[in-house]
Formats: sequence, C-alpha cells, structure tokens
Amino acid sequence: MAEMRYREALGAALREELRRDERVMLMGEDIGVFGGAFKVTDGLLEEFGERRVRDTPISENTIVGMGVGAAMTGLRPVVELMTINFSLLAFDQIVNHASKIHYMFGGQARVPLVVRMPQGAGHQLGPTHSHCLEAIYLHVPGLLVAAPSTAADAKGMLKTAIRDENPVIFIEHESLYGTRGEVPDDEDHLVQFGLARIAREGSDVTIVGISRMAVTAERAAATLAADHGVEAEVIDPRTLRPLDLDTILASVRKTNRCVIVEEGWPHGGVGANLAALIGEQAFDHLDAPVQRVTGADVPMPYSKPLEDIAYPHEPQVVAAALATLGAGQ
Amino acid sequence: MADSTPRALPSPETAREWLETMTLIRRFEERAGESYARAKIGGFLHLSIGEEATIVGSARALRDTDYLISTYRSHGHALVRGTPPERVMAELFGRVDGICRGRGGSMHMFDLARRFMGGYGIVGGNLPIAAGIALSSDYGGRDEVTLCQFGDGASNQGTFGESLNLAALWRLPVVFMVTNNQFGMGTALGRHSAVTDLQRKGESLGVPGVRCDGMDVLDTHAVVAEAVERVREERRPLLIEAVTYRFRGHSMADPEQYRTKEEVEAWRRRDPIPAFGERLVAEGVLEPGEVEAIDAAAIARVDAAVEFADASPFPQPDALFEDAYVLGDSAHGWYSVETTEERAAGAPGGRDAVESANDEIPQQLTTALAAGEEGGEPGGGEIGGELPERGAGQRAAGG
Repeated sequence: MAEMRYREALGAALREELRRDERVMLMGEDIGVFGGAFKVTDGLLEEFGERRVRDTPISENTIVGMGVGAAMTGLRPVVELMTINFSLLAFDQIVNHASKIHYMFGGQARVPLVVRMPQGAGHQLGPTHSHCLEAIYLHVPGLLVAAPSTAADAKGMLKTAIRDENPVIFIEHESLYGTRGEVPDDEDHLVQFGLARIAREGSDVTIVGISRMAVTAERAAATLAADHGVEAEVIDPRTLRPLDLDTILASVRKTNRCVIVEEGWPHGGVGANLAALIGEQAFDHLDAPVQRVTGADVPMPYSKPLEDIAYPHEPQVVAAALATLGAGQ
Repeated sequence: MADSTPRALPSPETAREWLETMTLIRRFEERAGESYARAKIGGFLHLSIGEEATIVGSARALRDTDYLISTYRSHGHALVRGTPPERVMAELFGRVDGICRGRGGSMHMFDLARRFMGGYGIVGGNLPIAAGIALSSDYGGRDEVTLCQFGDGASNQGTFGESLNLAALWRLPVVFMVTNNQFGMGTALGRHSAVTDLQRKGESLGVPGVRCDGMDVLDTHAVVAEAVERVREERRPLLIEAVTYRFRGHSMADPEQYRTKEEVEAWRRRDPIPAFGERLVAEGVLEPGEVEAIDAAAIARVDAAVEFADASPFPQPDALFEDAYVLGDSAHGWYSVETTEERAAGAPGGRDAVESANDEIPQQLTTALAAGEEGGEPGGGEIGGELPERGAGQRAAGG
C-alpha cells in the first residue's frame, strides 16, 4: 500500500495500463504538454511520447468519435474531457454511437472506450461549469458508468474500465483530486465493476452516497454515531451501471431505512431511480419512505452563499437519516 | 469534373463488374422501395438510386484492407463491399439473418469482415469515427486508407470542421468524400451552404479538395483512386466532392415539393447506369444483348434476396437484451433493470404475437449462407445468475 492522492492514483492507473498494453492510448485537451487541467496525466507525455499521449484541439465531439472509431478497430483509447460539462458537446458520439454500436450492428463490433471526466460544484464556476451528470449517463443502456470516490477505487476502477470491452463513462470529481488514501501497489489490483463498497457498517439506516457524496455520507455517519447514537451503514455503489443492487437491497432489508445522497438534480436523478428500485423490491422491508438528499433543482449559481446551499452537505444527510428514524420531523 | 475527353475504360472484366454491381444496387433498391410500399420494411428507407456511380466508382478504388464508412443511405455501400444481398434485404425486413440481426435496419448496415464500417443515422456522425479508424491504421503502422462518405448536408455539421482539422493536424490516412446530391433532405445546396463549391470547403482546415463527376463511374473511380493512393503515400487527408443527384425522394415519405420534375428529368437523362452500359457496348466490351443479361441477372439475384429475407424469422423476444453489453466475467451486478419476460409480456399480443408472426414464415430458416457466416463474440448474450424477486434484469456473467 502507498498513500497517494486521488489524482495520482488515476495517473498511476494510466501509467500502468499504458505500460501493460500497447493498444492503450490517451487523447484529450491539454493532457500532454500542459500535463492535464487537473494534472492527472502529468508526466505521461514524457514517458510515452506523442504517439500514445495526444493533445487534441478543443473538439469534444470529434475526440470522442475518434475514440469510438479507434476502439472499433483494435485500440483501447482513453479520452479525457476536461470536465463533464464539455461532454455535452460530445453527447452525440457518446449516446448515438459509443453506446449503440455493439447492439445496433448485431454484436459485430465492440467499443472498448473510456471517457474520463471530472464533475462537481463548489468552486464558484457557475451554471455551465458545475454539473453533476451521472444520472444522464446512467440513463443510457450500452454505457457503463463508474464514479469512484476514493484514491484506491480511482486506480482500481480506471484499470478495470480500460480493460473492459464496453464503453465506460468514468466520472471523477474535481473536489476529490486532492484527497489522499491508501492505494494497493499491485499492478493487477482491479476493482471489479458492479460491486458496491460498504464504507461503514451499521444497522440503523442505510446511506447510499454517489461520487463525492459517498465521502459526505461517511462524515454524516460519523456525526450520527457520535451525536445521535445512530449506526448508519454507508454504501458507495462505485458503478451505477452495472449496479450492485443486491448489496443495497440486503442493507435496506437489514436497516429498514434508506437515504440516497447525490450532488445532481432531484428530478430523474440517481436517487429517484434507486428509490423506485428499492420500493419495487424491498417495499415490505421499509419502515419509512426512502429519503433523498440532492442538489437543488436550479442551475448552479455563482455567488458563494447561494452555491453553498445548492448542493448537499453533511447536516442535510444527518437530518434525512434522522427523519427516517422518526426524529427531527 | 470530367472534361471533354472521356475517361479510358478499365479492363473488360473490371468494366463488366462495375456495371453488374451498379445494376445490382439499382435493382436491389427498387425492390426495397416496393417492399417498403408492401410494408415488409418499416421505419425510414433512403434510396441512393441515381448515385450508384459514386458508390461503385469510389469503393472500387479501395483495397480489401481499406475501410469504407457511410451514412444512413448505406445499402449500396454494403453491397459494393460484398455483403450478400440476402443479408442486406433480411436486415431491411428486420429478420434474424439480417447483417445486423435486425437491430440496425436501413440506416445502420455494417459488415466488419468486409471492412464496411457502417451506416450512421446521424448526419455528420460518421466523420469523427472515420478519423478514429484512420488513427488506428496510423497507430499500427498499417498503410490502410479510410474512405468516409457523407452528404452535402453533413458539410455544415461541426464534425466536418473538427474532423478535417484533426485529420490534417495528425496526418491521418482518410479520404473525405462528400456526395453532393444537391439537397440536404429538401433544402437545396445554395440554401444550406454559403460555399457551394464544396471541394473548397476543407481548404481553411488544411485539406485540399478535388471534384469528380458522380454520374460517371469512370471519372469517380479515377479521381478517388488517385486521392486514395496520394493519401496512402503522403499520410494526409483529402476531400473529394462527387457531384451527383438522387432520382428518388430523400426517403420514401418525400413529396418532393422542393424541386421541379424538369430538373429531375434533366438529371435522369444522365443516369450513370445506362450511360456506362451504352459505352461498353459502343466500345465492344459487351455484346448488345449482354446489358440486358446483366440486368436480368441482377433482378434474379434480388428475387433470391427477397425470398431469403421473407423466409428468415423475426427475432425472438429473448434476443431483446442480447448484445446490449459485452458481458465479461470480471463484472458483477445488474446491467439493466428489466427482464426479457417482462418486456415480452408487454408486447402487443404478448410473446405469442412474435411466435405467430414467425408461423407465417416458411420454416426453411437457416440457409447455408447464413450458417456459414454465423459470428458474434464469445460469451455475448449470456445471462448468468438467478433473477431476484422482480424488476432486475440482465446480470453480469460473474455476478
């Protein structure tokens, strides 16, 4: 094990996979000479050269589309989009092509493509630069959606994404890049998709946290234990497709209560979807309605006091958990 | 564009094959149009009738190892690369023996083995993919060329500028070929593009252009062949504008109010197929009766394709979730949150409806043709694990 930052763990995954497999190559805006807008790819151009680490023009739709074409013909491209906000310019290639090609061409072609990008609010970047769009990509069959929240998962899941045969939307978080964690050194340490991580065991209420909100959920669970004597079980699904529904349902059947925490919008969100699945499959086990803690249903404002209340924080998660227990209402 | 001197003919065998293939595409699409009117084919059906010289002239400039990629007007591109007409027609009919197992339909033909990299339903959507395929060739040090065909309407998409710029910047071996049939759906060229000299549209992006007469298979071939070899040698993209005309509407649902009968008639007089046939007879390559014989053979081939397609069954409900993902043994959990059973129960008439539809099909299903080409990938379509209580669906093999 070695302690490293989330961004370093991602960089290590890329470096190891580039060394391991000649078919792996990187494309993205400012990933080479600049070293990456968030420094994830720092040093890779120097080690692997311009053939394998390619700075691109600002042409998101074409960068992703080229990744699709390259993946169909034998490469394993990893495309970095500077942030998830710009992925909307590549939505056509992601949704109409990457996710469809294996199916619509009758299984003849595969698209082992990874599109990496960070999301998240909190830096006063306003309405167009603060999106959390995991629900939008989760919506699309044909895509896999990964959203690691720890350094260890960042590395192990990115390596799995690169080795998977399907197109993977790999969602990082701007606020997690600087966080530290223990990361296995083993170059073949993979975190398999579709296996949730139980971040904290508990018996009173299940808290499911998506992306950065897994971290917020863990903090809330500590407060619940310290201040309220409530033992929360915190689950980070890690991948939204495939989804480890079994682990979530098993926890809900144990605790009989569930809170889902996400940074994205409430309408049609990950929590809305998950609450429906829990309602369909564990209704008889619920002692309270499933609670959702989400981003506010508005574009993200610039002004700091407004931004602060527009995405979830620990106290809201604590309050939601207590609400499922019949307290604080 | 062809000047006053006609292009020289290729060898007699080659010339005959070009005429045969153009005729096959024409007769195939006429039958497809008829089958659409008989409701054998659903959705959209975009015919390339009138544009056959652009298809055959260009594709015959490629090596078998080169890639061809096209648009939603893609039947001819599959046929020219050698996809059996039976498989293309079965795809149009939505049957299991379709080249894409009935998943893609008219707009999404694809034949990986023959390096036909697909029809794409989104205007301009194929240009980045073409550049990516060329990137693969370049990355692997292979001297393959990718020929990317798209329409005049696509030259207004953002992907046109982005892809040409990137291909020029990275010196990728791709030939961009705009098939200028004068209309983006119903909007005439001069009403959709500020620059109507489309061969020049790549100049500011570092991609030189050239034009060919898309109604002349010889001129199309000569220009594309030269471009393909230049791209192969010089490792940089070129743009070709093939000037052509589609004789039919944009799709089957087109009243054609945007152009006059006189204009269509004027272009029909330049029909590339009779023009080429007459020249081959005039120059003694074919005997006078041979053009008719080639036509009769094409009609017979299309008859067989329709018979095959009609005999092929519709996909069973169990096929619904197949190939949504490549299921790996390292993944767990639920890819989809539904089951085939739930879906089939919701079909009009339920699961039985599909089965009874197949009862009307002669049960001579699997021909040697289809059997010989059965491919797919290992492990695809397997659904492992036991199903939970309700609502959860396709599960990873390792889950």
